[in-house]
Amino acid sequence: MNFDAVTAVLLIPLSAAALLAVLPGYRITARLNVLATLLTWLAALSLLFGRPQAGAYFHVDDLNNVFILLTTFVGFTTSVFSASYIGHELETGRLTPTFLRFYHAMYQVLMFAMNLALVANNIGLMWVAIELATLTTVLMVGIYRTHEALEAAWKYFILGSVGIALALFGTILVYMAARPVIGEGLDAMVWTILAHHAGQFDPALLNLAFVFLLLGYGTKVGLAPLHAWLPDAHAEGPTPISAVLSGLLLNVALYALLRFKMLLASNPGALSPGPLMVAMGLVSLVFASFMLYRRRDIKRMFAYSSIEHMGIITFAFGMGGPLANFAGLLHMAMHSLTKSAIFFAVGHIAQVKGTQKIADMGGLTETNPMLGWGLVLGVVAIAGLPPLGIFMSEFLIVSSTFAREPLLAIPLVFGILLALGALFLRVNTIAFGEPRGPTMSSNASYVPMFAHLAIVFLAGIYLPGPLVVWLQNVAKLLG
Amino acid sequence: MRGLLFDVAHLLAGSLVLVSFMQLYQDRLSALINTFALHAMVLALSVAWQAFIQDAPHLYLTAALALVFKAIVIPVALQRIIVRLGIHREIEKVVGVGITMLFGMGLVALSMVLMLRVTAEADPLAREDLAFALAVVLLGLLMMVTRRNAVSQVVGFMSLENGLVLAATGAKGMPLVVEISVAFSILIAFIVIGIFLFRIRERFDTVDVGALDRFRGERT
Repeated sequence: MNFDAVTAVLLIPLSAAALLAVLPGYRITARLNVLATLLTWLAALSLLFGRPQAGAYFHVDDLNNVFILLTTFVGFTTSVFSASYIGHELETGRLTPTFLRFYHAMYQVLMFAMNLALVANNIGLMWVAIELATLTTVLMVGIYRTHEALEAAWKYFILGSVGIALALFGTILVYMAARPVIGEGLDAMVWTILAHHAGQFDPALLNLAFVFLLLGYGTKVGLAPLHAWLPDAHAEGPTPISAVLSGLLLNVALYALLRFKMLLASNPGALSPGPLMVAMGLVSLVFASFMLYRRRDIKRMFAYSSIEHMGIITFAFGMGGPLANFAGLLHMAMHSLTKSAIFFAVGHIAQVKGTQKIADMGGLTETNPMLGWGLVLGVVAIAGLPPLGIFMSEFLIVSSTFAREPLLAIPLVFGILLALGALFLRVNTIAFGEPRGPTMSSNASYVPMFAHLAIVFLAGIYLPGPLVVWLQNVAKLLG
Repeated sequence: MRGLLFDVAHLLAGSLVLVSFMQLYQDRLSALINTFALHAMVLALSVAWQAFIQDAPHLYLTAALALVFKAIVIPVALQRIIVRLGIHREIEKVVGVGITMLFGMGLVALSMVLMLRVTAEADPLAREDLAFALAVVLLGLLMMVTRRNAVSQVVGFMSLENGLVLAATGAKGMPLVVEISVAFSILIAFIVIGIFLFRIRERFDTVDVGALDRFRGERT
């Protein structure tokens, strides 16, 4: 097997997982974790300069390259954050060294599974990879082994498994649709071949398959009404995992949906997947925005904000067309960066305050200015205020919707504004006013958080030309 | 001969749906687990038959996996777990048997109408198999919805998964079936271990002392 970037993106996390599972000592393993994710990211960067040929199992094109770069980058910065976060967890005794070893190994397995799902050129392989990612996150969510954590992990497990099972049924139906055209065997599950022949598939079978896939992978994306696992899983697991779940795993599931949407789009007889996605996106957005008002737990609140943004992104891809797809891609990237930055801040805040209850936090900008202002900046970004990146992508989505379907723009804008109100209401009590709750200084590393926010800020002001062209190409690919 | 091959496949897939119905009205956990063992056994037979008529030897592996793992190992483990947890005599009723059965019949009718209409052009064996498989999947979902107990939810999930394996083996020549069934078995093994740990925590809070201390420390 000749060495190429795809192999590297898969093999580095896998071998790092094996190594981290046996190595003792927190300092070495945390650094090794960072090193491995850095190498993975560099390998992913090299994909920009040369891509291997599409094989029966792996391929890289413009679409998944965006996702791979984003995943490996956020994976890298999260591992930097995780190093300082986990050190504190060890000191307070919430994690024992044995569990820490397990945690690091699982982190790398998760990176491997997500990369595998992204580079897979085979719908069966992609399904297996997403199942693996689900399993590892279930284990990580339950890692504190408190009653709540186990319950959250259990709920995630059962709902995730049902989603995964429905997605498999959809996958089988796609194979059934492809078989008469392509013939039996491996070829009928390969993306590149499927996409080429999708026009001749039986439309009725393809429609049915998409309904199952939408429900199945939609559960993993966290679309309402299939979102019930998401807030619990985010709130009870370690914060680096919340960051990775929100920033990356939801995207990976969405990527799977987008691929299948492309199949349907190139079949003239099939139902157009757009309206279904638009409806689910809008429901998630409005529902999550209302739910934001009643949150008492800081991580739970940002979990609902993730549902809201996944709703917006699904809506944008459902609208389709070059502009909405472009905006959807941009929004997805911006959301991943911003939300993980927020979780980096939230993780340290929860450690400083010793609780996740919003009522016990206050005046953070006075007691811990870096964390407080970092959180405020993150919330300003996630709420979609100018001049940050999310403002731009939301503006594009709203304006393209107004141009095409003005009626749909009303609930969209309503949901976004509603969420903005809720977020500011809460962050006001957390960041400003009288200091509340215990205060101590935090020896956190602020680099990952501010690096993400800086990128989001820059993207809001200026997007480099080649990047725009690239995203436009991908948007065209999505149809 | 073709007719006989077809009829036996049909019979086996149909019996799987029938056993799914039997699961719906079991209100004692240990009886439910026994019915699930029967379910997995019928699945193993059905998959082996598919392997025979499709001349696909790798499917025998899936059949063997279903027989050993799902029909023997998992039911035995679950029986021991419920005895350990002291819930083996529990009777659970959330929705009445009659209503559940009516719902089940509706779901089977739905899947027949849906699949037979949608797959009008596919080959008859595959399409009827798929219709039965969808019925099994939906009945599994129905069971997960109507039950409260974690163990019976898991049994519901496993019978749902049996339906998926039936669908995957019915789709002639589908690659990765064995890998997928192995992946599912791992998932199920995790679930069963999960119930064991989770339920113990819920019922006797003292088994894992270390975790308990941490839990208390956090509350005060």
